Amino acid sequence: MFDFGVVLNNLEFLLVQGLLGLGAFGGGTLALAVPAIVLGFLLGIFVGLARLARSPLVRLPAAAYVEFFRGVPLVMVIFWIWFIMPQLLGMAIPEYEVALTAFVIFEAAYFGEIVRAGIQSVPRGQVEAAASVGLTGAQTMRWVVLPQALRNMVPSLVTQMIVLFKDTSLASIIGYVDLTKAAQIVNNREIRPLELYLFIAVVYWIFAYSLSRLARRYEHRIQAA
Amino acid sequence: MRYEFHWSVLWSGQTGGWLLQGLLVTLAISGLAWVLAVALGVVSGALRTGPWRPLRAGAAAYVEFFRNVPLLVWMFFWYFGVPPLLPAVIRDWLFDHGAEFWAGMLALGVYHGARMSEVIRSGIQSIPRTQFEAAYAMGLTPGQVYRLVIVPIALRLIVPPATNESLNLLKNSSVALTISVAELTFQTRQIETYTARAIEALTAGTVIYLALCLGIAWIMGRVERRFAIPGLIARGGA
Repeated sequence: MFDFGVVLNNLEFLLVQGLLGLGAFGGGTLALAVPAIVLGFLLGIFVGLARLARSPLVRLPAAAYVEFFRGVPLVMVIFWIWFIMPQLLGMAIPEYEVALTAFVIFEAAYFGEIVRAGIQSVPRGQVEAAASVGLTGAQTMRWVVLPQALRNMVPSLVTQMIVLFKDTSLASIIGYVDLTKAAQIVNNREIRPLELYLFIAVVYWIFAYSLSRLARRYEHRIQAA
Repeated sequence: MRYEFHWSVLWSGQTGGWLLQGLLVTLAISGLAWVLAVALGVVSGALRTGPWRPLRAGAAAYVEFFRNVPLLVWMFFWYFGVPPLLPAVIRDWLFDHGAEFWAGMLALGVYHGARMSEVIRSGIQSIPRTQFEAAYAMGLTPGQVYRLVIVPIALRLIVPPATNESLNLLKNSSVALTISVAELTFQTRQIETYTARAIEALTAGTVIYLALCLGIAWIMGRVERRFAIPGLIARGGA
């Protein structure tokens, strides 16, 4: 009944093309996931800091941004970008740019909340102590608050990275050839969905699970410290 | 850029009722999947805090396997992978009766059940041990301890993250469009395809999701504040 030969015969296409993006189609799950995580987090830092700004002119738009993107499905955001970018820029946009833009904009809302919670978890006394030794606001943020906040953020950051990593499978909806799309392509020819989808499930699982183990190890270490 | 809006495609003509139909399917698939997810989450979450090692390991395996794989992959798995394994009679019946809906429902429910399980486990585990000890010290029986002390606390601790997870489930039901479940996102795309009115269709779909999510979050926020335990649950800002 099961025939995992289909996986072995197409292993190179699935992994080299789908996962790494080194085949004729370009694409690739990792080629999308890694930049999306890095850029999403960077934008998230700004969103999180803006959420804590004293001026409502900065704080309220940031709050609206977060509430908006946390209230709509990622698939919807991908369709928006897919449709609206070519209209705004007046030319066709490759799936990669569409997907990356959607992920960065969407995930920055979630990363922003993590950054905000991380900064708020630093005791007020730390800020007061920094002020009393004569540090400016920016110096306090840079040398006292952010280093401690980052440490507190690590567990939820990793969780969000895992979510983002899994979500990159949704880029296959607009035709981006990642691991999921590669499995679909092979399945269209071989019609062995059970084996193929189980196989990519395991590949996704290995990445996500290792990340979560790493996070747990780190958590224990900072708790012990 | 000049764009003429034609909002009427949303409520009149051939595409008129599509959004409403999509909304109903979204609510149906999310509702059923939510019941399944909560059932799986409560059972596996409770087993994971229980004393029985094999059951604990089994529940942990379920959680770790399902939540670390993309929902989309589970959708394909349940829709394309599983039916060929079923006896022909059941398979034919399924494909006559909306197989994609049931596959999508199962995928959503089983995936979010694993995530719900984590919510429930950490809720139970975050109850201070002293609560158990205090309850026993007052002479309550184990049944009373759970009924009168632990469950009321656990419920209140679990509500905020469980609300979050339920909203994630609602939003993730949009992934079911990949296996052609005619839910809200699918219908939004259909309207766009039929009328070439992308901005109108996407705006309407987005606003409906936003209203659902913000509405539920607002109601649950009120419930949370109403039942908050002073001193035990530290709520930032509220």
